[in-house]
Order: sequence, then structure tokens, then C-alpha cells
Amino acid sequence: MAEQQSYYVPASSPWPIVGAVGLGLIAWGAGHTVIDMSKEQDGYGSTVLIAGLIVMAVMLFGWFRDQINESMKGLYSDQLGVSYKQGMSWFIFSEVMFFAAFFGALFYARVIAVQWLGGDSNNAMTNEVLWPEFVAHWPLVNTPGGTETQAMGWYGLPAINTIILLVSSVTCHFAHTGLEQGKRKQLTAMLGVTIILGMIFLYLQGAEYIHAYEELGLTLDSGIYGNTFYMLTGFHGLHVTLGTVMLIIMFLRVLKGHFTPDNHFAFQATSWYWHFVDVVWLCLFVVVYVL
Amino acid sequence: MSTAVEATHHDAHHDHKPSGIGRWLFTTNHKDIGSMYLWFSFIMFLTGGAMAMVIRAELFQPGLQLIEPQFFNQMTTVHGLIMVFGAVMPAFTGLANWMIPMMIGAPDMALPRMNNWSFWILPFAFIILLGSLFMEGGGPAFGWTFYAPLSTTYSSDSTALFVFSVHIMGISSIMGAINVIVTIMNMRAPGMNYMKMPLFVWTWLITAFLLIAVMPVLAGAVTMVLTDKYFGTSFFDAAGGGDPVMFQHIFWFFGHPEVYIMILPSFGIISAIIPAFTRKRLFGYSSMVYATAAIALLSFLVWAHHMFTTGMPVFAELFFMYCTMLIAVPTGVKVFNWVATMWKGSMTFETPMLFALAFVILFTIGGFSGLMLAITPVDFQYHDTYFVVAHFHYVLVSGAIFSIMAAAYYWLPKWTGHMYDSTLAKTHFWASVISVNVLFFPMHFAGLAGMPRRIPDYATQFADVNQITSIGGFAFGLSQLIFLWVVIKCVKGGEKADAKPWEGAEGLEWTVPSPAPYHTFEKPPKVD
Repeated sequence: MAEQQSYYVPASSPWPIVGAVGLGLIAWGAGHTVIDMSKEQDGYGSTVLIAGLIVMAVMLFGWFRDQINESMKGLYSDQLGVSYKQGMSWFIFSEVMFFAAFFGALFYARVIAVQWLGGDSNNAMTNEVLWPEFVAHWPLVNTPGGTETQAMGWYGLPAINTIILLVSSVTCHFAHTGLEQGKRKQLTAMLGVTIILGMIFLYLQGAEYIHAYEELGLTLDSGIYGNTFYMLTGFHGLHVTLGTVMLIIMFLRVLKGHFTPDNHFAFQATSWYWHFVDVVWLCLFVVVYVL
Repeated sequence: MSTAVEATHHDAHHDHKPSGIGRWLFTTNHKDIGSMYLWFSFIMFLTGGAMAMVIRAELFQPGLQLIEPQFFNQMTTVHGLIMVFGAVMPAFTGLANWMIPMMIGAPDMALPRMNNWSFWILPFAFIILLGSLFMEGGGPAFGWTFYAPLSTTYSSDSTALFVFSVHIMGISSIMGAINVIVTIMNMRAPGMNYMKMPLFVWTWLITAFLLIAVMPVLAGAVTMVLTDKYFGTSFFDAAGGGDPVMFQHIFWFFGHPEVYIMILPSFGIISAIIPAFTRKRLFGYSSMVYATAAIALLSFLVWAHHMFTTGMPVFAELFFMYCTMLIAVPTGVKVFNWVATMWKGSMTFETPMLFALAFVILFTIGGFSGLMLAITPVDFQYHDTYFVVAHFHYVLVSGAIFSIMAAAYYWLPKWTGHMYDSTLAKTHFWASVISVNVLFFPMHFAGLAGMPRRIPDYATQFADVNQITSIGGFAFGLSQLIFLWVVIKCVKGGEKADAKPWEGAEGLEWTVPSPAPYHTFEKPPKVD
């Protein structure tokens, strides 16, 4: 709880409303982009979407610049630091729940929906009436509707990627301890290695997608196995991308001499985010690839 | 409960407000943001209400007379979406913004800029949603629950806009909830420990947890709808190994906690108002806290009671039936605590108390019809009938909305510095409480007799009951304009309100002058 010190309330700022406009443009633009694509027509959707993304980027840049300046001036109270940390933890919890929806879908499809289509439980007639030829199996490479595909093995690229991400979590941790102990060289080096590992992960993930699309015929629309595979790895990949961008920003700030052993919330938040992304991958590797 | 040892007073220069439109666009002030949330919510309440009037006008007589069935479906869908995400949730967030910092002795919300962002996302989200009604093919017409395949295979082009507007509403709610939870955990004045917090703060703490836990699941659900409709996935299509029933599982895993998100803050409001006008302490404070936590916990274990007729295994039906019935226990604890608080109290019946009393009685009716719906075999009869509509409108209109009205009448003097016209306010109350029952009570009978919901036409034997319902609906809709009138009158002027206009009211918010100064606490107040 707070010590008996004066409260700090940040001054008003133009960035939130800019962010709201940005999100509004993104939502409208993304919606219309998707509609335009589905009707194969030209429209303003993608233009508005790009405009929204630019506004968001400007907003993030401006908001964080103000934030960093205020922080470097020592305006922030300890209490605000605690608020930031708690806020970040709850944000990560919300991300966990987002992934939970897709893990839940995978679980339901694999353990319930596909089995029932195959006649399990009391669903003999479901199988008989809908797709009598269908036999339940997982990975679902032959869907009831007749789509065929191949499963992605866990060895090879996915296993290598697992090791890369695990190592990157360790290097990220050492960067953090380097910062806390005032060892700036260790900080810079380890942070750099983490970023490179993150990028290698993304590159290999891209290579894996190309392999899946071109050689395995495993695509986003090849039934529930492909759906859950791409949605889970795809959203994870987006999070790795975001995490890498955050790490790069931290790297630039470290080069500028920002952060002290006891005042480095931004770094800490990024490191938490990176560990979170790593844990998601571990769950994903086990339930999407191995099992 | 807590009392402030030293009331904090404020110099005039702390009351400096920025002027012009910039004040509202750039503000980091919890009171400004709270007011914006409340006004936004009221505008949405009238918008969603207008759609309800369209629905009731069409249902005034059997047959199709005013609107096309497809438009009727859009009205039921958007009415639901607007009332849930545009009216009730922002109203509670607005109340949280206004009251929580004052109740716990904080200067503002923990993350004031993010607070502003959370609010300003909402107008954009709802412009997009409402705008989609005017597109070719119309807006969303699949019900606010957007069951697949209605929202995938059979939905109009505008579905993508629905999906993205729900996405940004979700972002707004999650940020709002993070703000509330961090404010409560980190910004309490020294001495304000958890078990001294007013129940409104407690219920909001738990509500915020629920929001952070389930809004992302809703985001997942709409994302899957989007990819199913536009990108060829088959999450909800059996031909690809998915299952339309899976949609309902994911949706209701969000949806059931969501309905508690819309009622838990009400419990907090009622627990503030009943003691104030009974001049007694709240009976069973700690049992109220535990009951709220128990309801929140159970809310994650009951979602499939919305799906009894989907052909789940009997074991699942029984599990969800028993878990659902268990919720009656902590809810009963609350209702009995409120009644026990009133027992032998010296009660007076000012407008907030009238709404609070109506809440206790009418919410309990809604709770009981919920218990009836929880009984699996009986639900097979009630499912998708007007009985369900009656049930959730009793808990949401005469429950959640009445509690919001009660809160507004309770705290309006604190917000505006003026007392409102209590004759007019009581007129609003009596008009509302009578018309809301004329509106929703007959729906129980229509439902029990088998009238299906979400259909623009009905068999002629339901004509009488629908006419009564519609008359109640129009009366209820018009009654809410009285509320608007009371509020505008009160904002503009009126008898000067004391710091504590209600004799029996307790809590830190009554230790500051009315209207509450722009910045409430510069230094933490002491609480013992």
C-alpha cells in the first residue's frame, strides 16, 4: 500500500484521444478490408486501415516519448511504478485468457467434436447420418467434408524453435540481472542476443509456414486441425513480433543510457512479456505439435 | 465500515478546470471521464431503448405490419448489444470512475491517461456498430449472442464490422477493468484495508477480475467467427471437424461471467444505499464480500446452462444444473442481508431507497425465474421462449438499470452540488416501477404458453398479452425521459447540497464538499 506521500496525477495528454481515433480507423478499415476482400472489390477499407495503423504508430511513439521524458525527469512516484507493474501483470493475464479461448477450441474439437462426428459417446447416429465414412482421428488430416492435408511433425523446425525461444528467455533473464547489478555490458550483449533469437524464431516460423503450405498442403482452411494450428501459432507469432519490437526499443533505450538498477519498469514489463510469450509457446509446442 | 478521521478540504486553486472541448478530449480526471461514461451510457440507453420501442411496436399486433423480419432481427440484435456493451457496462464503469477514487481516498484512477483512452474508444466502436445498420444487406441480425452458423454462413456482409467493433469495445473494457483493479489494489489510502472498503469497491474489484478474465475470450470468439466467415476456417462447421455447439461453449464461457459483470456492481450500490436510508450498518458485511467472490467463482462453472437443449451428455446437464442452483445460495445470502439490514431500522423512502427496494424485490423475482430455468428438464420447455426474455429483463432492467438509477439519485447531489427535484424523481420511480412490471411480467405467461422469442410474428392467442407488454414498454420508455429531465434540472441548479445530504450515508465520499472538488485528495486521507 501507498506510503504517506503526496499523490502524483499525470497531466492531461492528447495521446489517448489520438489512440481512440487510431483504433476506430483500424476497426472500420479492417472491417471494410475484409468485406472488400470477400466481395473481391476495391474499396477504401485498406486505405483507412493503413491510416489507422499510422495514427496508432504515431500515438504509441508520442505517448511513450512523453512517458519516457516524464520518467527521466523523475516525475513519477513509487506508487505509480507499482500501478504500472500491476497493470502490466493484469494485461498479461488478459492475454493468457485470449490464448485460452483458442486452446479451449483445440481441446473441444479434438476431444469432443471430432470424436462425436466419428460416432463416439451416444453419437452413433450423428456419424451414420452425416458422414458415415468418417473415422475420428487426430491430427485431423481427413475432414468429414473431405479435405485432405498432412500433419506438422514436432521434430525439425518446431523443436529447434522451441530451443531458440527457451534460450532467448534465459538470455532475457540475464539481461535483466545485468541491469539490476549494473553490469551494462552484460545487459547490452544479452539483450542483443535475445533480439536476434527472437528474429531467428520468426524467420524459422515463416519457413515452417511455407513448408506447411507448399509441401504439406496444410493451410488455414484445411479443417479444424489447420485452423487451430494456424490461429494458435499465428497469434503467438504476432506476440513474438510485438515482443521483439518492444525488445528493440529497450535495446535502443539501453544504448542511450536509460534505466537504472532500481528504475526500469519498461524493461521489466518487456521481459515479463517475453517470458509470457515463451510459456505460451511451450504449451503450444506440447498440445499443438507433440501430442 | 470506514469513517474519515480528518476530512480533507480543498483550496479553490485546486479546483481549476481546463476549459473548452480540450478538457473533455485530453482529460485525465476521473470525474470528467466518469461523467462522460455516464452520459454516453445514457445516450446508448435511449438508442437501445428506441430499438426496443420498434420491437414492441411490431409486436403490438400479430402479423407483420411495420417492419421486415430481417430488420426486426437487426433490432433485437443491436438492442441487445447496445444495452449490454453500450448502456449497462459503461454506466458501471462511469460510476466506478466517479466513486471508487473518492471511496478509497485516492486522488484519481491509477492510470489516468489509459482511463481516457478506454472511454474514447467507445464512441468509435458504437458508431461503427450502428453505422453497419445502414449498409447494404443490413447490420448484424443474428442476436446479441451471434450463434454460429447464423453469424457465419448466414450473416450479412457487415459482420466484419460487428467483429471489429466488438474487438475495440473489448479493448476498452479490459483497459477500464485493469484501471479499476489497479486503483483498488494500489491506491487505497493508508488504513483503508480490504475489509474496510465499501461494498461497491469490493464488488467492482471482483467485476474487474471477471472482465479481464472473459473479455479476451469474447475477442477469441469473434475472431473465430471472422475467420469462419471470411477466411475458410471451420471452427463452427462440422464438415471441417468443428462444431457449431463449440461456438456456444466459447461464447457462454464469456457470456455467463458477463451477466455477473452486469449485476455485481449493482449489489455494491444497493449495499451502500439500503444502510444509508435505514440508518443502520450493513448486516453481514464480510458475508457480502464472500458471497460476491463465491458468485464470481461459480460464474465460471455454469455457462452450459444456456445450452441445455444442444444435446450435451446427461452428466454435463446435471453438473451445470447443480452448479447453477448453487448460485442461489450466495445470492440468497445477499438478499437476506439486505432485508436484515432493514429489519428494525429507521427507514425513510427517498428516491434512491425506492429504487433500491424495487431492486431487491424485482431482482429476486428475476433470480427465481432463473432458478426455474436452471432446472434442466423444465428448461427444455422454457428454452427460447419469452420466459427467458422476462427472466433476463427482470435482472437487467429492474435489476441492473434500477440500481444504476438508484446510484444516480444517491450520488447526484455529490456530483452536481445540487439537490434534485424529488417530486419529479419519485414520479420517475413510480412510472418506471409500474410500467416495467406491465412490460415484463406478462412475458412470463407468454413464454410459459410457448411463445418463441426473436420472432416478429406470433399466433393470435398471444395478442392480448403482447398488447399489454407493448403498452408497458412504451410507458417505460417515456418514463425514462423524466429521468433525463431530473438530471438536466439538477445539473443546472437547485437547492444547494450539503457535503452529506443523506443523514445515514457513510463513506469517504461524503467527507468532501458537494460538488466534489475537481481533484479530491492531494494527500491520502487517514482512515481508521
